Amino acid sequence: MAEISYRDAVARGIAQEMARDKDVVFLGEDVAKAGGCFKATVGLFEQFGPLRVRDTPISEQAILGAAMGAAMTGLKPIAEIMFSDFIAVCFDYIANEFPKSRYMSNGQTKCPLVVRTGNGAGSRFGAQHSQSVENWCMMIPGLKVVAPSNPTDVIGLLAAAVRDPDPVIFFEHKSLYPIKAEVPDGEIVDTLGTAKIVRPGKDATILALALMVPRAIEAAERLKAEHGIDAEVVDVRSLVPLDTKTILGSVGKTHRLFTVEENPRLCGWGAEIVSIVADEAFYDLDGPPVRITTPHIPLPAADHLEDMVLPTPDRIVETVRRSLGS
Amino acid sequence: MVAKDDRANGSGGAGLNDDIGEAKRLALYRSQIRLREAEQRAFDLFLQNLVKGTSHLSLGQEAVAAGFAEAMQKGDLSFCTYRGHAHTLARGVSVEKVLGELMQKDNGLMRGKGGSMHLTSEEHGVMGSYAIIGAHLPIACGAAWRAQYRGDKDVSVCFFGDGTTNIGAFHEALNFAAVWKLPVVFVCENNLYMEYTPIGDVTAVASPAGDRAAAYGLPKIVIDGNDADVVYREAQKAYAKARAGEGPSLIECLTYRHSGHSRADPAKYRPEGELERWKERDPIKIYRERLKQFGVSEQVIADIDAEVRREVDAATEACKAAPIPPTDILFTDVYADGGWAWRN
Repeated sequence: MAEISYRDAVARGIAQEMARDKDVVFLGEDVAKAGGCFKATVGLFEQFGPLRVRDTPISEQAILGAAMGAAMTGLKPIAEIMFSDFIAVCFDYIANEFPKSRYMSNGQTKCPLVVRTGNGAGSRFGAQHSQSVENWCMMIPGLKVVAPSNPTDVIGLLAAAVRDPDPVIFFEHKSLYPIKAEVPDGEIVDTLGTAKIVRPGKDATILALALMVPRAIEAAERLKAEHGIDAEVVDVRSLVPLDTKTILGSVGKTHRLFTVEENPRLCGWGAEIVSIVADEAFYDLDGPPVRITTPHIPLPAADHLEDMVLPTPDRIVETVRRSLGS
Repeated sequence: MVAKDDRANGSGGAGLNDDIGEAKRLALYRSQIRLREAEQRAFDLFLQNLVKGTSHLSLGQEAVAAGFAEAMQKGDLSFCTYRGHAHTLARGVSVEKVLGELMQKDNGLMRGKGGSMHLTSEEHGVMGSYAIIGAHLPIACGAAWRAQYRGDKDVSVCFFGDGTTNIGAFHEALNFAAVWKLPVVFVCENNLYMEYTPIGDVTAVASPAGDRAAAYGLPKIVIDGNDADVVYREAQKAYAKARAGEGPSLIECLTYRHSGHSRADPAKYRPEGELERWKERDPIKIYRERLKQFGVSEQVIADIDAEVRREVDAATEACKAAPIPPTDILFTDVYADGGWAWRN
């Protein structure tokens, strides 16, 4: 075991896969010589050289298009889109090209690639560099969508994404880059489509993703200590494939459901999960499912304003406590 | 058929056994007439309401598809647009597979799951037809990057229309390919219209591709896209440059589509006489004259025409008789496991 940061876990995960398979190549803006805008890819250029770790122009369409062409013809590219907000300028590849080529070609075309991108708020960057856009990708048939919450999951899920034969959009949370945790030594390979119960409990299920996971855990600890409510926290980890078994199992046990979502409210990932639970576990519920989200507004830059709109442990505690009537 | 070395030089001055030679010229002719007949048949079947959805014909643009495809080697990759029937056929995909897809039958190239705008046959090197303007230029760069990375000698060839030169992905791809020195050849088919609007009305330069080349450190290449010999020779040069590791080429081929943009378009926006003038420069007409000039007999030409017609007729009948796709393919091949499951 060693304590490493979420940021360093990214580089370790990429290095683990590049060392294993020379078909794994990596491209993006500032990712090579500069080691990445968030310093999450430091050392890869030195370790794997300029043919495998390549700086690109500021051309998001070229980055994703090139990744796709390389993937179709035998490589396993990892492409970085620096800020997930920039997905909007290359959305054609994410919405139209990666996920539809296999289907349209009746199974001829493959597209085994990973798009890594810095997602989420907390850096006071304002409305175009702070969004949580995992739901933009969740809605598209043919993609897989992953968002890890801790360093071990970064390595394991990144490895699983690289080894997966489908296009995977891998959302790293910018505010998690500095956080540190103990990570096992050696190769780490996880499984896509698996949620994790990170804090067992019996009174309420709290589903969270990425930065919202540590906040949900903190809230659960306080709910227990201050209100005697024993909440179960589930790290959803993978939106597609979605581990509905774990989610429905937890709701079956606790009979209450809360989602903690950083995305703005409309069509956030929690809406889909609430709909699944309403369809399939309605009679397990002792009360209405509750979504705790960022309000449906663009994100402000000023620190106190940004802090007000993201779900916080305080808001989670208060919402769960009120809903459970204690 | 006359053997390659049996005949003296033709009356045109250039030798029958010049750099192209008789065998390749007959192949170029066969390819062009095959594209012409297949596209004309697609149009006829549309009028009979047997081609469904949309379709974008390459009638009049056959020399570009034939010239570039005939200059390719096995393993070279084609990236096409929604106007991709001709480029797909030119790589050797059967007329039946293409017409079957246009007719959305089970014998179609993708069993009706893609439709006319997405013809794909990886076994023939046809790496897809892309219906979002410009999307495939970066994708072709990626395939070329793989070749460069692995030391493979194949070339990625990317076909697109004049309208594509005004979208961002064109410029991103050109710069990317030039900076990375990728073995990719960009082929602009300038048929004078971006959909319904004259390209000159919406483009800042006279040659939509050619005049942009300098911005990416590439030479301006604008050629007669209705003369298959000219196209073939330019293709050979560009492929050789790519294989030698000397980077991309951008080639603008001047041509003209005889039909409208898509099946719904009668092309009434064209000035009177324009179509007739271009039909004087019909690539099939030009090439028949070329063959005769080199001493190829009317009979040899007629035999090729008849063979092609038989293939197209047989394909038509096979497609008419083919079943529609079964409904169980609806849920296949969304993901690599063959299925569509997004949850457990």
